[in-house]
Amino acid sequence: MPRLTKDDVQPVGFKLNGRPVVVRVTPRTLLTDALRHEIGATGTHVGCEHGVCGACTVQVDGEPARACLMLAHQADGCDIRTVEGLAQGDALTPLQEAFRAHFALQCGFCTAGILMTLDALFSRQPDADEDAIREALSGHLCRCTGYAPIVQAALTARNRIKGGPIDA
Amino acid sequence: MKPAPFDYVAATEMSEALDALHQGGTEARVIAGGQSLVPMLNMRLARPAMLVDITRIPELSRIEAKGDQVTIGAAVRQSALERWPDLADRLPLVRAALPWVGHAQLRNRGTVCGSVAHADPSAELPLCLIALGGNVTLRSRRKTRTVAARDFFQGMMSTDLAPGEMIVSVAFPARKDGTGFAFREVARRHGDFAIVACAATARPDGTATLAVGGVADTPATLDLPADMADLDDRLNEFAWHLQARDDLHATARYRRDLVRRLGHTTLKEALSCRD
Amino acid sequence: MKDTLDSPLVGRSVARVEDPALLSGRGRYIDDLPVAAGTLALAFVRSPHGHADIRSVDIDEAQRAQGVVAVITGQEVAARTRSMTVGVKADVDCWPMAIDRVRYVGEPVAMIVATDRYLAEDAADLVVVDYAPLGVVVDPVAALSEDAPVLHPSLGGNLINERRFRYGDPEAAFDAVPHRIGIDVTYPRSACTPIETYGVIASYEPGEDAYDVTANFQGPFSIHAVVARSLNVPGNRLRLRTPPDSGGSFGIKQGVFPYMILAGIAARVAGAPVKWIEDRLEHLSASVSATNRQTRIEAAVEADGRITALDWDQIEDCGAHLRAPEPATLYRMHGNMTGAYDIPNLAIRNRVVLTNKTPTGLNRGFGGPQIYFALERLMDAIARQLGLDRLEVIRRNLIPADAFPYRTASGALYDSGDYEAAMDRAVTEGGLAELYARRDKARAEGRRYGIGFACVVEPSVSNMGYITTVLTPEERAKAGPKNGAQATATIAIDPLGSVTVKVASVPQGQGHRTVLAQVVADKLGVPMAAVRVLADVDTMRDAWSIASGNYASRFAPAVAGATEIAATRLRDKLAKVAAAQLNIAPEDVSFAAGRIAAKGNPDNSLSFARVAATAHWSPGTLPDSVDQTLRETVFWSPPGLKAPTAEDGINSSLCHGFIFDFCGIEIDPETAEPKIDRYVTMHDCGRILHPAMVDGQVRGGFAQAVGAAFLEEYAYGEDGSFQSGTLADYLLPTVMEVPDPVILHHVTPSPFTPLGAKGVGEGNCMSTPVCIANAVADALAPEGKAPDIVLPVTAAKLAPRIFGDEPNPKNPVPETEVGPTTGGRKLTGEGRAVVKASRADVWQMLLDPATLDAIIPGSHGVQKISETHFKADVTLGVGPVRSRYKADIELSDLDPPNAVTLSGQAAGPLGTGGGHGRITLTDTEDGTEIAYRYEAEIGGKVASVGGRLLDGAAKVVIGEFFRALARHCGGSARSGLLARLIGLVDRIRKGGRS
Repeated sequence: MPRLTKDDVQPVGFKLNGRPVVVRVTPRTLLTDALRHEIGATGTHVGCEHGVCGACTVQVDGEPARACLMLAHQADGCDIRTVEGLAQGDALTPLQEAFRAHFALQCGFCTAGILMTLDALFSRQPDADEDAIREALSGHLCRCTGYAPIVQAALTARNRIKGGPIDA
Repeated sequence: MKPAPFDYVAATEMSEALDALHQGGTEARVIAGGQSLVPMLNMRLARPAMLVDITRIPELSRIEAKGDQVTIGAAVRQSALERWPDLADRLPLVRAALPWVGHAQLRNRGTVCGSVAHADPSAELPLCLIALGGNVTLRSRRKTRTVAARDFFQGMMSTDLAPGEMIVSVAFPARKDGTGFAFREVARRHGDFAIVACAATARPDGTATLAVGGVADTPATLDLPADMADLDDRLNEFAWHLQARDDLHATARYRRDLVRRLGHTTLKEALSCRD
Repeated sequence: MKDTLDSPLVGRSVARVEDPALLSGRGRYIDDLPVAAGTLALAFVRSPHGHADIRSVDIDEAQRAQGVVAVITGQEVAARTRSMTVGVKADVDCWPMAIDRVRYVGEPVAMIVATDRYLAEDAADLVVVDYAPLGVVVDPVAALSEDAPVLHPSLGGNLINERRFRYGDPEAAFDAVPHRIGIDVTYPRSACTPIETYGVIASYEPGEDAYDVTANFQGPFSIHAVVARSLNVPGNRLRLRTPPDSGGSFGIKQGVFPYMILAGIAARVAGAPVKWIEDRLEHLSASVSATNRQTRIEAAVEADGRITALDWDQIEDCGAHLRAPEPATLYRMHGNMTGAYDIPNLAIRNRVVLTNKTPTGLNRGFGGPQIYFALERLMDAIARQLGLDRLEVIRRNLIPADAFPYRTASGALYDSGDYEAAMDRAVTEGGLAELYARRDKARAEGRRYGIGFACVVEPSVSNMGYITTVLTPEERAKAGPKNGAQATATIAIDPLGSVTVKVASVPQGQGHRTVLAQVVADKLGVPMAAVRVLADVDTMRDAWSIASGNYASRFAPAVAGATEIAATRLRDKLAKVAAAQLNIAPEDVSFAAGRIAAKGNPDNSLSFARVAATAHWSPGTLPDSVDQTLRETVFWSPPGLKAPTAEDGINSSLCHGFIFDFCGIEIDPETAEPKIDRYVTMHDCGRILHPAMVDGQVRGGFAQAVGAAFLEEYAYGEDGSFQSGTLADYLLPTVMEVPDPVILHHVTPSPFTPLGAKGVGEGNCMSTPVCIANAVADALAPEGKAPDIVLPVTAAKLAPRIFGDEPNPKNPVPETEVGPTTGGRKLTGEGRAVVKASRADVWQMLLDPATLDAIIPGSHGVQKISETHFKADVTLGVGPVRSRYKADIELSDLDPPNAVTLSGQAAGPLGTGGGHGRITLTDTEDGTEIAYRYEAEIGGKVASVGGRLLDGAAKVVIGEFFRALARHCGGSARSGLLARLIGLVDRIRKGGRS
């Protein structure tokens, strides 16, 4: 069985945005630090390191989760998706476009986590209603926007993803 | 705000986990979802010498409905239980309580048994386990034992778990015909620790049990007779005897107010929805 | 958004140029920036005490720890720096790290430089600081009392500044009216808490004695001078840079500056660059917060509700140190202390006190929430006392539209406005009549529903001289005048004819780059894409001045204004160049659609790029009247911002916007939770440059104000412990708690700014808390005396008023736990145990170290210092939260063999604990009853982050002690509490927590 002593620097392998990556870290290294400082994927932000603010939210095997509450070694073999993996090439996704159109971000620090939550929500529940959207967003703190534009952007994105009328 | 160092064992079989816990003794801790433990590690409030990760042990990821109870393995995530197709039918109280457990992002990692093991007095799942009269199965290298929830929770974050032991499952009694359930909670914000949480179960004969979390050091219960005689007086005595305390978020008095008021409506709701 | 060239861009909600990168994870925040190879990590050792002398700091073990390069104490910092400048004349030092005394929980005591943050934190745990706790004062009024503990002995007290002001003839005004109406108001501490914490990267070049610091600082850059002075270098040897992106600030990131000094020193001592990213626990306990304030405000009121004079008495709590630019919070509003009202007479007494709390600093609203809470609660009280309609009282006092520009009693010059028209529009368009109907219906049904109003003048673009109002006219004369609000903008054209704009505005998410591209594109007649804007700062390369930065809502009025002026200058220059080539007069040149053409003859035109690039490619062809530089730098300072007058008149801000808010709030009859039913906010912020961004500022400020009104509080125990140490304790509103306000605009352009714009970012932080409080007051007591409302308005605070007297229990509650009083993390309790031993035997055991060793929870050995003094090494905790402590135990008030008082103090990495218990022994039939009554207090980290769980944990530990005593005495404990504790305690000792 894999047993690491505290100073062991051991490889952890997982998929990051579809690409296999390997990082070598100690048991206590948080997934946030492995992503940001070992791999250099700085799109995932760190706001509280105790699971409340939601800035570090990534998708683990398709479900949003706090990267600050995961040890990097717990990600071994997982499929991790971060904000860097949302758009293909230079074009923004409908969700990102909707955030831009509704001014649903200001400083942008909390945005990556919110996008990962909403992206997962619409994958699982393409017809999520406003209550479901608010419920999902309630796990995120935004200090700039007052949230209303984020809800509007989410509704617009949902409609666009569903292929319905764009304006919410 | 980084954890102090620890050894890490990613067990893939029960025996590996139990061996590691045996060796680690008082300095070893189980990590499953980590949603309560990792914040404490990051703040260095907890400094275990060894973490034993049990999420890769296949048999711990099962939800089993057998006979009159539902058994939930130690690695079952709260979101997995939320999405279990039989939840509404078999465990309506748990279904009502789960959305109050933190936020979806935490339930995606957090386990049902982890919440029970953490024994936070405000937590919803220990409250449900007590309200329903469930039990906890513990295992060490030497033996397996099953403890009633009322005996398992012993105080603030304190349980009957011994060194070398781990929770392998919890079991909730499944719904019986003619019973009713209700769950109500008041927190500062949506998703916060409960100031007061109430879970009520009503039986076909009209008797009912109210379980209250967030007030005493463990969830506490009050059994009520079928006629609900002197209900408000009983709730008042109960509220006082929970020995509520003031904290940053609420006064002891407000907690008692909520036990009296929320307790009343939760009981009535459980009684009225019996089927 | 379409970027059509035929209509102006300014005034349209164009898509933000910032967003594609921010939405794709390509932002460049401070923790994302590349650093030099070999950059080390910094971590801090912080005080667990609110007030204590530092006896010694032992760094030996920390220095030997893995990865550690340097451990630096406050003494060492002081040896290499100078005290930071203090903004008042007072005999007091202000160091970025404690030297011989700590004065608030979280104050830095030492810093560790190590190869990574994990190792640095490991070493921080190994620094042993010996503290001698001192008396604590956290309340500003208590801090003024004769016997209050004094934070800075050199001051002789905690009052660091007092000034009285008198404008008009307030005494005569009060004598002349029938009513003197006053209220006392307590405004608590909160902070705007950006999601990104502080960050600093610093290096030091000894060859040049120069520091290079990158920090997510937001300005004002007057602080650059404070930091350079403290580091003992000329300004040009402190290169200060800001990252391109910042994760929000709302004022807070001004407070990063002491860490620039510390990181600079750390880099110097370590001989390598260092990087520090503040963590959330550090941020909450030790960044900055707004001030809390105690205010008495009285009004001289005519029978019809007209106010003729105001009398303010403000006690401002700036925390443990008066850090620059404080006491600016108290003086920023000095010119507008009469708010939106035409009140000619004014008296003000301002006192600034220091308490054992985190130093204060910039925070959105800066002084506004504190004064408007008092002023607008007073307006409510006046209406109540005179039996007048609240809106009518407001209306009768508003400054009339024809009075602008209006000079206030204390010297502000309000630029523009039509307050009554804005209010009338809000009443109509915001649906006040409908809200009244909802309130009537709710009340008819027995529900608690209230409506509140607030009327606010929102100042923007601070006069850098307002802070000097804290000095007497004589002191000011000696120090020399300070005034103005320099804004800078540079616009350059490159050889391909595209345009670069550079400002020192340091945006923290507001979209400055987008708005400036709009302004410049309009002026030069080019598409937005032809303009690229940089807004971060490098003090060695950029045009900047002391007022540079992102604060006081100065962007739209001042920075965008300066940019407009620079663009105009460049355009005028290009007009001359083009005119020569088009053979027309410069005044006949037009700029549109990327071309420069003759007005009325679009065929006679040249491409903008071609004309613009002339100075690069063929300077010899430029007309004689045009110089060769195609780069314009403008320093603009509004002429109206003068230094305070000899009579203390001060035009504290350039612009004054207007806000009128009203809202309906219902209180849940079952849970006493207050909920906003509808919120309407009317703004006059002058000309609107980007409507969506303006509304974004309104919504963002509103959400923060909702937090301050209902959720957020920097709570301190009476022992100085900080209780809001995590985001599970300091509660920011989520999407579930923030309704979407109805936003309305009424535009009266500012005549004082180049674009007619005023600031808009802070208004709702000033108006919304008091609007909500007024609505709650109306819900609680529609008539009669106004209830005292202290924020945050929580259900627990409302419960007694909503639910009335509480029913008593029929049966006595056993072993009553008296909960913590007045917010202190104090635990009291009692218990008893009956043991088989005799009273004399029990007494002997209590005085015996071997007994103590056996009964002290988690004891690793007890050392006897004297007959009544012992030292012990103990492991304490509950659940997974456990730590090793050094404990001091003393026995006192000995009454052998009847009673003794046992006192203990413990200190460890998780904080401190202390308490005392009186133990009494009484004979029983077959042994002795041991009764105890205790009082315990817990401070430090565990109080800040684990407060919710503490009382239960302390109870377990204390219970264990007495249970063990009973067991040691050969008997069994029989009481309910003790019996319950026994099981727990055994398991704790075994460590079998889950």
